Amino acid sequence: MAISPPRERLWWKQPIHRVELIWILVAFLWGIVMFGMMVYWHAFGKHNLSNETYKVAPNEYYAKTEAMVSKYTVREEKGIPVVHPPPGSDVYLMARVWAWYPSLEFEQGQTYRLHLSSIDLQHGFSLQPMNINIQVHPGYEHVLTVTADQAREYSIICNEFCGFGHHTMVGKLYVVAK
Amino acid sequence: MATAAETFRICPTTGLKIHLSAQTLIKANAVAAVVFLLFGGLLGLSVALTRWPAVHILPANWFYLALTAHGFNVLLCWIIFFEVAILYFASAVLLNSRLAAPRAAWVAFALMVIGAVMTNVVVLQGDSSVMFTSYPPLRAQPGFYLGLILFAVGALTAVGCFFGTLVIAKEEKTYEGSVPLVTFGAITAAIIAVFTLASGAIILIPTFLWSVGLVSNIDPLMYKLVWWAMGHSSQQINVSAHVAVWYAIAAMTLGAKPISEKVSRTAFLLYILFLQLASAHHLLVEPGLSSEWKVFNTSYAMYLAVLGSMIHGMTVPGAVETAQRERGYTKGLFEWLRKAPWGNPAFAGFFLSLVLFGFLGGISGVVMGTEQINLLMHNTLYAPGHFHATVVAGTTLAFMAITYLVVPLIFQKEIMFPRMAQWQPYIFAIGIAGISVFMMGAGTLGVPRRHWDITFSDALLHYDYPPAAYLMLALNGLSAIAAALGGAMYIINVVASVSFGKSVKGAVRQAQPATPLPAAVVGQYGSVAHVRIPGTVVLVTVFLVSFVLYYFVNWKYLSEVWPMR
Amino acid sequence: MADSAEPTGTPTQERVPFMQRLLDNPFLLLFIGVTIPTVLYLVWGIMELVQIPVAPR
Ligand code: HEM
Ligand SMILES: [Cu+2]
Ligand SMILES: [Cu+2]
Repeated sequence: MAISPPRERLWWKQPIHRVELIWILVAFLWGIVMFGMMVYWHAFGKHNLSNETYKVAPNEYYAKTEAMVSKYTVREEKGIPVVHPPPGSDVYLMARVWAWYPSLEFEQGQTYRLHLSSIDLQHGFSLQPMNINIQVHPGYEHVLTVTADQAREYSIICNEFCGFGHHTMVGKLYVVAK
Repeated sequence: MATAAETFRICPTTGLKIHLSAQTLIKANAVAAVVFLLFGGLLGLSVALTRWPAVHILPANWFYLALTAHGFNVLLCWIIFFEVAILYFASAVLLNSRLAAPRAAWVAFALMVIGAVMTNVVVLQGDSSVMFTSYPPLRAQPGFYLGLILFAVGALTAVGCFFGTLVIAKEEKTYEGSVPLVTFGAITAAIIAVFTLASGAIILIPTFLWSVGLVSNIDPLMYKLVWWAMGHSSQQINVSAHVAVWYAIAAMTLGAKPISEKVSRTAFLLYILFLQLASAHHLLVEPGLSSEWKVFNTSYAMYLAVLGSMIHGMTVPGAVETAQRERGYTKGLFEWLRKAPWGNPAFAGFFLSLVLFGFLGGISGVVMGTEQINLLMHNTLYAPGHFHATVVAGTTLAFMAITYLVVPLIFQKEIMFPRMAQWQPYIFAIGIAGISVFMMGAGTLGVPRRHWDITFSDALLHYDYPPAAYLMLALNGLSAIAAALGGAMYIINVVASVSFGKSVKGAVRQAQPATPLPAAVVGQYGSVAHVRIPGTVVLVTVFLVSFVLYYFVNWKYLSEVWPMR
Repeated sequence: MADSAEPTGTPTQERVPFMQRLLDNPFLLLFIGVTIPTVLYLVWGIMELVQIPVAPR
């Protein structure tokens, strides 16, 4: 029994049953397939999270964001600027308790370099209803290259607990048809 | 020094020689575990009912407080106290040995109790609602970290007593040959515990110093990296421990023997080598770590630890099937399963734990732990959905199941309400399967975890979740009530039996196979010639097919989001 | 089959295979089990984090 020592002294020498061997082999191969999928997707897939990251002081990130906002703001919504940066440019999204700043407007089918960072706590970038989820850290600037492929209104929810107002932290990202 | 006769008793059911100090320590740790489960379970219910938008019982600050306390009490306190009991059982009891340094084991117990109470008190004061993960720069009161540190030091001391007992048993030759498989599983758990607790100390001590102002800055990314070496590895302790418990229950209720010692132990070895790398699951959408690091670690070095689990997934039911067939239940593919002792709560709990852990927890975990697919699930309710399938349906249910054997064997008390015990595993399993599935469902629809209000009623900007998300949260709330009921049935029965139950005289019925195996058979089956497990082969094939389908469906979902690089 | 009444490890008996000796040695396993994640997860991860460059202005 499993609660008493093995009956045979040299249990390692006991042969393995064929059924068990086959299962081990199948499970092993399935593991290789799953591992291969991740590698394959890096080579051929179109949805990989960027690794481009920099260390950044919160006040510097704040300054970069403000510079972008003052240049490209097209309107305001409930006191929050909506920014329409040129396609291909660097776009700064700043997280802080409890807002995503500013709101963004992208053109459909265009590609942007989206920067994510926080100036206080950790936050969670959760783009709905598409359901893309990325962790946002203070002190680190994460740069993703994204292509906005569908024209509609998206919301950015915070999905990392960031204090008692966490559930009020919602931002907006609009994709407009050209 | 007392004489051997005074410090040991012989168990009338198993013939094991039980060290009385070990027995008392097992009792103390098990009782503490159940007390924390009670508290943590009630908090879990309140959290689930708050997340049900139509009910929404707690105000926001209480919700976050309750969630912090829930995670801490169930994940750390309940599980780790129970695991310490299992370690003492698997070493001192199963090896017929005395426990090394019972005094140190009591110090360990005291440290764990003091630490657990301290952290709870601090959390309940209200300004340390930082979730049990306490990601900086979010800062809790110093007592929060200090309690965790004391708890971890206590647990590490207990693990030390376990290793010490292995040494004593070997020196005093209390067993022959190799340790039993269950003990080997416990060794696996203990090894992982050493890495876990050491990582915890490495990160919590500076964080404590930061909270009292002696360290100026804790890097949030570095914290997360090291913290999860503790946070996730501790889940791997659970996996190893509950797999050991599965083998133990199969052995104690059916006389089942592992089909092959070699295969089962190698599967545990794969755990020792690779399971802990999976801490990377929590850092897949983090900035600053390379894809090479993520892919290698999240896949436990090419899924070798998953291989270990899939092996157990065959050998555990395989051992049950073999034992049942030897007993004469040989008709068709599944007579062995139909005629299994489903009325014995230890067996029922064990088998439900096995199935739910594999199908719900195992598959969802590997899918969510795929580097790119994690983008679809990170920090959504999918994550708690997944881990309630592993750590509650898997670990907690397995621990509940073995309690029904531990109460008569170690506490020497009869289970007071046997009918209630019979129903308990089913009700709890239904509830937990429900909360797992419905939280995963809500997560797939983008509902965030740790979130008080997805209607965003007092937010400046809004987002409307689809009605299906609300349905999922309502079903989650209903399932939580079932789970809480199942949990209460367990706790009431155990507490009543231990405090007021009739003392057991002689051998214990629940811990014995309904039909004993013919002695001649016991000596042989398990050797290759006798293995016939067609039913198990069907089960694992169904498992693999579900796994493959679900895996690729999620790649399909991923291919539909915005292109990004 | 070996006679289980005989004390284990006497020189007359067949040698215990390497893998069985490894699996019977909890402290060696402990060493391996702590080293592997320390190197592959912790050390490798920490090295990557400390090498993150500072953002260009
Ligand atoms: C009656 C039984 C239980 C119910 C109804 C329940 C329900 C829940 C719910 C609804 C959440 C919150 C999800 C969120 O908003 O993020 C949660 C979180 C959690 N639960 Fe449970 N749970 C139960 C038992 C357990 C047990 C036994 C364990 C561990 C062994 C456990 C571990 C956790 C953990 C670790 C979290 C995450 C806390 C955090 O996000 O910081 N739960 N539970
Ligand atoms: Cu936030
Ligand atoms: Cu938040």
